[in-house]
Amino acid sequence: MASKTININLKIWRQKNANSKGSMETYKLDNVSTDSSFLEMLDQLNEQLVNERKEPIAFDHDCREGICGMCSLYINGEAHGPDRAVTTCQLHMRKFKDGETIYVEPWRAKAFPVIKDLVVDRSAFDRIQQAGGFVSVNTSGRTMDANAIPIGKAEADKAFEAATCIGCGACVASCKNASAMLFVSAKVSQLALLPQGQVEAQQRVLNMVKQMDEEGFGNCTNTGACAVECPKEISLENIARMNREYLKAMVAAE
Amino acid sequence: MSKSGIFTSSLAKKYWMALTGLFLITFLVGHLLGNLQLITKTGEEGRRAFNEYAYFMGHNIFIKILAYLTYFSILAHACIGLYLAVQNKKARPKNYAYNKPGTNSSAASRYMAILGTIILIFIVTHMANFWWKQKIAETVPLHYVENTTDMQIGQDPMTGAPVTRKITLQSALTTNGNYLEVSAKDVESGQSQELVKIKDTELIDMNTNLHKAEGLRDLHTVVMNFFGHSEQGQPANEYALIAVILYVVSMFVLMFHLWHGFGSAFQSLGLNHRKYNGLIRFVGQAFAIVVPLAFAIIPVMIYLNR
Repeated sequence: MASKTININLKIWRQKNANSKGSMETYKLDNVSTDSSFLEMLDQLNEQLVNERKEPIAFDHDCREGICGMCSLYINGEAHGPDRAVTTCQLHMRKFKDGETIYVEPWRAKAFPVIKDLVVDRSAFDRIQQAGGFVSVNTSGRTMDANAIPIGKAEADKAFEAATCIGCGACVASCKNASAMLFVSAKVSQLALLPQGQVEAQQRVLNMVKQMDEEGFGNCTNTGACAVECPKEISLENIARMNREYLKAMVAAE
Repeated sequence: MSKSGIFTSSLAKKYWMALTGLFLITFLVGHLLGNLQLITKTGEEGRRAFNEYAYFMGHNIFIKILAYLTYFSILAHACIGLYLAVQNKKARPKNYAYNKPGTNSSAASRYMAILGTIILIFIVTHMANFWWKQKIAETVPLHYVENTTDMQIGQDPMTGAPVTRKITLQSALTTNGNYLEVSAKDVESGQSQELVKIKDTELIDMNTNLHKAEGLRDLHTVVMNFFGHSEQGQPANEYALIAVILYVVSMFVLMFHLWHGFGSAFQSLGLNHRKYNGLIRFVGQAFAIVVPLAFAIIPVMIYLNR
């Protein structure tokens, strides 16, 4: 397939640091290959900026194969852009038209403050995870093999589906309330569905939800935007499961 | 109970929203069935059925408990909902310069707070128009019927023929289902005579000062007149058309609120299962269309039959 090139206009959020005000800046970029990924396009723009002796645009990225969850970006009014079930590194320029104006903004949430340009601080997710998103295992040398406990295929699949969450924060970015429910529910579910997770199940959900609230995320109103924009297609079933888990724990926990 | 609290945590607030919302959904069914009597029954029979129903709703202990639960649910649903809306706004202090929420969510789901606020305003005006007059201000008149008959007042001494006068008897409908004569009026002379004393809804014997019966309030006529149907000699509301239009608009708002709210309540309570999700969505959306539509038909019919 012959490679095509397009010329595009970009409106990109520039912000010097966490404390400065920031604004949308306009850029023009020619000869963008439609085969390049969105991040490669930004690399091309940064090269152009460096050649012009200008400050390149800061944006998050790491693996560039859709698994690390680092790339973020609110592109043309949607998390990870117009495509479904993709991260920004998996979004290709063939999704855009020649001469199109593309808006690029950072995730917007009180709990995700902007560090610089398009980079936001997502450590709130780490703190939620640390509050309970784990299974305590004895590592004294008699550690039991995880596979020693038989788990049904259906349950294992559901737990695995929840575990595919890469913690990118698209759910928070897409939610009109900047709620982190899809992320937290996936992390609760992946353990709640497995026998290993049962021991700490009640305290886990209480602690993770408490941390989620303290971080300043909004409340869920079941719009479903998160699940639509999630690059890993995490289902709303997980939120319902977390609601059940929390209800159980709220009523019964010691 | 954990330190997360049954009121403070984000999830607990969702449960309260869901439970009060579902209770209000059941309230809508009961209220609709009661209201439908306004158009399914006509004449004095319809008026009587509605006013007896209104009395029952105000005096049955079981219904009273439900009524207080309904007041509580409306207040809790509105207060927690508004509090959540403010909190949710705070969770995103800076908005996107360019946003396309229509690609990932329904408009109804995104405007629940605005739709709910409009419904709250509707409920306040709706209660001021009927509930307040019936239960607090007690300005709703009693249910009266008038009968004009030729009454024999004597005999002609010469011919022995009966001497009659046209007398208008006014009777009040009482809680035991009878009509009790409360006044008589001579049509020719215009003289009238009270037959019982009336205190609020109590009908008291003239001579003994003892309680005779309790009258029913005529809420039916208040409603009919409000929506433009002149009844019982009362002038119809001159703004009836505006009242009908605002009522119908409010029901459309309710339709959108229920469109998202019905299914959302189940999700909030954790009731999400592939086997039943289709059924919940179907029932919820059917309910969201049928119930507000049936409510809206009532004032429209009253207005058209005026």
